[in-house]
Amino acid sequence: MPIALVDCNNFYVSCERMFNPKLEGKPVVVLSNNDGCAVSRSNEVKALGIKMGEPWFRMKDISKQHGIIALSSNYTLYGDLSARVMATLANFSPQQEIYSIDECFLDLGGFDPKTLAEYGQKIRKTVKRNVGIPVCVGIGDTKTLAKLANHCAKKGLSGSDGVCDFGQLNSQRRSELFSSIPVGEVWGVGRKITEGLAKLNIKTVEDLRRASPEYLRQQFSIVLVKTVNELNGIPCIELEEAGTPRQQIMVSRSFGSSVSALDGLSESVAHYTTRAAEKLRRDGSIAASICVFIRTNPFREKDEQYSRSIVVPLLQSTDDTTKLVKSALIGLKSIYKPALNYAKSGVLLMGLHEKGSAQRTLFDDPAEQPRSDKLMYVLDSINQKMGKDSLTIGASGTKQRWAMRRELKSQNYTSDINELLEAW
Amino acid sequence: MYPALGAQPIYLPLFGHKVPAGFPSPADDHMEALISLDEELIHHKNSTFFVRARGNSMTGAGIHEGDLLVVDKSIEPVSGDIVIAFIDGGVTVKRLMKQGSIIKLKPENPRHKEIVFHEGQDLEIWGVVISSTTIHKKI
Repeated sequence: MPIALVDCNNFYVSCERMFNPKLEGKPVVVLSNNDGCAVSRSNEVKALGIKMGEPWFRMKDISKQHGIIALSSNYTLYGDLSARVMATLANFSPQQEIYSIDECFLDLGGFDPKTLAEYGQKIRKTVKRNVGIPVCVGIGDTKTLAKLANHCAKKGLSGSDGVCDFGQLNSQRRSELFSSIPVGEVWGVGRKITEGLAKLNIKTVEDLRRASPEYLRQQFSIVLVKTVNELNGIPCIELEEAGTPRQQIMVSRSFGSSVSALDGLSESVAHYTTRAAEKLRRDGSIAASICVFIRTNPFREKDEQYSRSIVVPLLQSTDDTTKLVKSALIGLKSIYKPALNYAKSGVLLMGLHEKGSAQRTLFDDPAEQPRSDKLMYVLDSINQKMGKDSLTIGASGTKQRWAMRRELKSQNYTSDINELLEAW
Repeated sequence: MYPALGAQPIYLPLFGHKVPAGFPSPADDHMEALISLDEELIHHKNSTFFVRARGNSMTGAGIHEGDLLVVDKSIEPVSGDIVIAFIDGGVTVKRLMKQGSIIKLKPENPRHKEIVFHEGQDLEIWGVVISSTTIHKKI
């Protein structure tokens, strides 16, 4: 049964280019939160030998030399474009598994195998035209093969038109191709397994495919045996369809500069709780407890290190920002230790369930719930209309010294009416 | 003197919301979904983007400075469409004119020059403008 893996090319960079023609053809890199390291690179940047995860401070010289344009990550924009890409792809198959922000599997069972490469081209063209994001398509009989085919499509190892269908290769051509790909490119084969396999002289995908499953089971684990089976076209990993609601919501960030005072930490925790509560309400869920955590910077070895978290159960499950913040701050107070350089804080909403399925408690005030709902509705509406954080609760502060460094962030082209693309 | 009807007190469930009383609205049966501008103006949700018009090059087509443009990327642009185009690093809104192999971006204002696309220039037709909204009174 053929499966396609559709993967967006240099996704974050492609999103940025979609709204900024000045980035076309230039070396562009998108940096992680706090502008730490490279998380998405244009082909021009890859050609300069800059690796994924390379810290920005180490890139600064080469950047100046080659005129690399660095951007802070704009997850609001990437999230919206990802949803559009996935919805567009959903039209191409009755079964879709969204695997990450920029890739998904499509079940192509039932299609004429001879026309699949053509169908892959159609997918590519449609996503590029309708949403504006370039994608590559890999087609194989299992998820592992589809992933590998996608790698080949991206690297142009089998044709150069962005689609690779292993079904089109005869067994000799396939062996040749697999012999040219290092085993580390296989889905699920990490660095450690690669090293272990190298000792057994298994270096290419072809070597791994021909290895004895029995032997591998003894040396490694059943997981690797599944991988080998999948490489031989025997499906072992099923397509999982989305639809299971989120079990927890986490919002955490590293600070732009370290924070010691309880005030500053409280503001950050209140702010992250606000964000988490917004997500919670968007999902139509309520949370039963909230976990708060703080930690120092483990890379500052001279500093005293501290890392602590606490779970605060709620009397009644809620989606009310004010109640969640109140509980989060109680938790923070009980784990806070003064005179330390804190580098990160965060909150985790747990025990999520659907709103309306909540159990009433003895201490409920029946008038309270509609009041709280109305307040949150007004809060969300105002922030949607006037921009994020137009209306916040007092506890999250006004200066936000701890806020993320995102000095090079692009506009929120699709989510803020005041930041739209401008055409002259 | 009449005894109170039924000596037992009547317990009513305590609801947090008001219990509606009175004659039911005769319009209830005729309720239909209201008009949605989103549905009227957006035909392909995943391919539609909003763009802000700047300058006065398209006033003849009724597009003014600050107007909100609804742009659909999924539509194949044909000659005569108003389009958003990326050309040489800039973003522009113009009328697309195709005559044989000649591609022009035509302004709708005599004081602006048309852009004739030459080989070697970067041109991308980004999307087709479906509608534009002018705000006549700020509230």
